[in-house]
Amino acid sequence: MNDLTQAPVRDPAYNFAYLDEQTKRMIRRALLKAVAIPGYQVPFGGREMPLPYGWGTGGMQLTAAILGADDVLKVIDQGADDTTNAVSIRRFFARTAGVATTESTPEATLIQTRHRIPETPLQADQIMVYQVPNPEPLRFIEPSETETRTMHALNDYGVMHVKLYEDIATFGHIATSYAYPVMVDERYVMDPSPIPKFDNPKLDMSPALMLFGAGREKRLYAVPPFTRVTSLDFEDHPFEVQKWQECCAICGSHDSFLDELIIDDTGTQRFVCSDTWYCAQRVEQQESNQ
Amino acid sequence: MNLSLIEEQLLSVSAEPLLQVRDLTLLYGLEKGCQGVSFDLYPGEVLGIVGESGSGKSTLLSLLSGRLPPQRGSIGYRGKDGEWLDLYSASEAERRTLLRTEWGFVEQNPRDGLRMGVSAGANIGERLMAQGIRNYQQLRSAGLDWLSQVEIDPLRIDDLPRTFSGGMQQRLQIARNLVSSPRLVFMDEPTGGLDVSVQARLLDLLRGLVRELDLAVVIVTHDLAVARLLADRLMVMRRSHVVETGLTDQILDDPQHPYSQLLVSSVLQP
Repeated sequence: MNDLTQAPVRDPAYNFAYLDEQTKRMIRRALLKAVAIPGYQVPFGGREMPLPYGWGTGGMQLTAAILGADDVLKVIDQGADDTTNAVSIRRFFARTAGVATTESTPEATLIQTRHRIPETPLQADQIMVYQVPNPEPLRFIEPSETETRTMHALNDYGVMHVKLYEDIATFGHIATSYAYPVMVDERYVMDPSPIPKFDNPKLDMSPALMLFGAGREKRLYAVPPFTRVTSLDFEDHPFEVQKWQECCAICGSHDSFLDELIIDDTGTQRFVCSDTWYCAQRVEQQESNQ
Repeated sequence: MNLSLIEEQLLSVSAEPLLQVRDLTLLYGLEKGCQGVSFDLYPGEVLGIVGESGSGKSTLLSLLSGRLPPQRGSIGYRGKDGEWLDLYSASEAERRTLLRTEWGFVEQNPRDGLRMGVSAGANIGERLMAQGIRNYQQLRSAGLDWLSQVEIDPLRIDDLPRTFSGGMQQRLQIARNLVSSPRLVFMDEPTGGLDVSVQARLLDLLRGLVRELDLAVVIVTHDLAVARLLADRLMVMRRSHVVETGLTDQILDDPQHPYSQLLVSSVLQP
């Protein structure tokens, strides 16, 4: 909480935001295409980043491509601002681009995330960048890339429901809880990546621009502002988000996404908000009210 | 008087072919593949294609089922609405829709035709889901219904196909194809690789379903016994040419072409 909106000094040894200008231009071109065709996966020439695949290289390349000197960057990992990955990616851009960083959701203009969409509603001038491990929602059932592309092109999405059917047949309800497939603008089926299905409704008609980048698979896709995003379901088994009996042990919230923590050897559980800034800000508010 | 009128109407309905094939040709080399194949297939008719290995049977089946574009010739299909569709000038989307709604394809190896990673019920429901059915109960009851129709214990609806025996897998594949009530089914040696008693049961089942659902079937086989049991009409292929066509009994009892004679005479007599 100590580095709120303070501009650090840029390391002049690096080009602005690490990537060279040609690469950033290439990614921006691909992004324009992705925004023009909501939910469509655009291939791009993914570059090596100074961290391993799976740690957010796709998201970082998108962030690097669209980052401006006056942007305010927030990075979250599992909803938290203070986990290793969030801290190091934030520091990376602070050093290579000299941009201001923040933990506050409303103050940020650019939010790079893995797993979560912030609980605080997003605004029209904000951009979300998602780190995507597997961009292809059809991959689980169709290993061939040629075939999945044809299926997307021909709107041949019958198999998507096969997975949901299997869930109901095995567990009695749709047990898929993250990377829950969505239909974007009634045309492309999209994997919203590892966000919990709790966050799926936040994608629908969101005023913010959503960009998704997969570094290893070298694909990016987008959901432009105010686009319809519907989660797939069955008539008699409609889409539902997770609910908890408990409320957050720190801030008492009962409508945010909760993480379950085991805090001792006897298995005592505590539930806390996964969005750390949301939780901290609620606590702050409660204190000032008293 | 009335009766003959109805008969006449019935005749005129079935007198129009379902599939019209003209001069279908795809050659990989000299007499490799198939060439100059023309025939009409009528609703409810079972056409057997027999011939030795490498005679072009499977190539012909791939051409017919829209999987392989021909070098020459045309295939016309009369849809449910009575409109003729030229298979290879239609868009790929139209071909796919056809393949998963009005057509079926039973592979020789059930592993190619089934999704091995998902349960039997999901395998049967897939075509229905592709057609836009979004009601779980409906899919479930279709699955149970079809499992019992192909003589698989409905209790196994949630089992993976890999836990099924070869014969059961083949029957599951048939159920998966027939669930969308197709009008035309292609079969590539559906009984190949099964032992004789299982073969007999499968054939019995197939014969029942074909008559009951009034299916038109194109079945490729090298087994004349299978052809005799199922097919109304036979085409004998050799070295990419159709050498003889006719009613099954006619060809099997009185073959005209020397190759057909050889084929018929080489069937083992018990």
